[in-house]
Amino acid sequence: MSEASDQLYNFALLDEDAKREIRRKLLKAVALPGHLVPFASRDLPIARGWGTGGLQITLSIVTPADTLKVIDQGDDESVNAVNLRRLINRTTGVTTTTDTAAATIIQTRHRIPEEPMRADQILVLQVPMADPLRWVEPNLERATMMHSEADYGKMWVYMYESVVRAGDLRIASQYPVIVNRRYLMDTTPIPRWDVPKLHMADTLYLFGAGREKRIYAVPPYTIVEPLQFEDYPFRTEYRPGQRCARCGAEHTFLTEHFVSDSNGGRWETTCSDAAYCAKRVAQMEATA
Amino acid sequence: MTGDWILRVEQLSKHFGPTCPDCRRLTGPDLGRSQCPRCGTVWACVEANLQLSAGEVLGIVGESGSGKSTLLQMIYLALHPDSGHIWYRDNGGPPRDLTTLNRYEARLFRNTKLGIVYQRPELGLNMRFSVGGNVAEKLLLAEWRHFGRIRARTAELMVKTELPPERIDDEPPTFSGGMLQRVQIAKALASRPSLLLLDEITSGLDVSVQARVLDLLRRIQWEDRITMLLVSHDLGVVRQLARRTIVMKNGHIVEAGLTDHILEDPQHPYTQLLVSSAL
Repeated sequence: MSEASDQLYNFALLDEDAKREIRRKLLKAVALPGHLVPFASRDLPIARGWGTGGLQITLSIVTPADTLKVIDQGDDESVNAVNLRRLINRTTGVTTTTDTAAATIIQTRHRIPEEPMRADQILVLQVPMADPLRWVEPNLERATMMHSEADYGKMWVYMYESVVRAGDLRIASQYPVIVNRRYLMDTTPIPRWDVPKLHMADTLYLFGAGREKRIYAVPPYTIVEPLQFEDYPFRTEYRPGQRCARCGAEHTFLTEHFVSDSNGGRWETTCSDAAYCAKRVAQMEATA
Repeated sequence: MTGDWILRVEQLSKHFGPTCPDCRRLTGPDLGRSQCPRCGTVWACVEANLQLSAGEVLGIVGESGSGKSTLLQMIYLALHPDSGHIWYRDNGGPPRDLTTLNRYEARLFRNTKLGIVYQRPELGLNMRFSVGGNVAEKLLLAEWRHFGRIRARTAELMVKTELPPERIDDEPPTFSGGMLQRVQIAKALASRPSLLLLDEITSGLDVSVQARVLDLLRRIQWEDRITMLLVSHDLGVVRQLARRTIVMKNGHIVEAGLTDHILEDPQHPYTQLLVSSAL
């Protein structure tokens, strides 16, 4: 941290009372896996909905010894990721990285990194809509009551309707899961591909919704079960034959984009986790 | 008291308001009011007693504001009574006092043992879900997790309640009033409840549709021997379905007996007034 910013900002921007409050709420969230814990979401120099929930968690838990990675849409170089990383770096001075294995804290939206995460790492997820019951119960008070009584019948009807309308459980992201056989939890905009990574993971997952002022967590080695029917089981996205155009991976979540060329262009699939893809390409080049 | 009772309500009371020492003295059927003129407290249901045998249909009649729906809501465990007991007994087993259940237990009991049909379909149905989804909700609450079996049972219930099964995926707003009542009945029957509660189910329906709904209920009662509690202000409806009837006025039960006796030889002046106005 520079001398000028030392004078202007507290370490990690937030005041110590704010950080202490968020840490207390994080402890409560870890004690009650999947339970939505209200917190006093602070104003930040970025707009609500741009990752303020995740950012407040990161700023509350980061220490000078940490190594930080920020990803958005699986990419370290997207605009939001760059800005968040720069903000955290300028107010804390922590080392940043794009390598999943080297990071101790990873703040993310939309993806869980492809590389297996370890017990000494924390994944912080930015959450746009914290309560999955919002799809079926717009009244917050009633939704809270439903959580307290584990009354998830309406959410099951939502799953039923999904099969009726799409012929299968076609919920692309924010797939509802039951955590620790108790609480219904929103998995944020991560694709179905990443949902199994939450189950019995080595890593601590922290979720922050700044706009909705909610924090929740999935501690390591917690049972996370997606909602599914016996005859329509939960399935991750998979298209046989598709592979990454850059690294050739067939075991990763792929995204599709249009590449212009002299023949008018073509659709290409590449790994969504850009850093993992680059690492594989570098390894292949080194061995070749 | 017969031995095969399924539901017994004892001294059940509910009031809304702060209460004052004169409340009870200043309200009641004799004074013709249930609201205390001094403190404004409404005595919706006062020391109600009733018993329901397995397979029986009991009617509750009374004008609007007499406390019928409050009594029904307490039995449905949607409203907690101030005092009194609601005893429930399954197949002659040990009785359980439903007023002692916590919210979670009450919901579980409601989902498995009770079914309810409201006067207004929007209270009993979610208008954003399909008709099949609404009926399926009861099955999903009872931990059914096989989509194919849920669909089959839903279609079966639609046939039973004279609804076209090909409209299983249509949304409730595309159905007529009488059909919506039948959807509610299908939903209420989904988990094979021990007790079906019917709250003014034919109000607002035209006479021919009303007759179809009543015929349907009579058939279901005959086929499944299901116990029913029917609340209505219409004596004609009660006469068609209920063997026994209780009459409520200003939160009090003023008369109880066999429906035919009550209609042919009413004892209480209020019942006499009700019967004479119906004729």
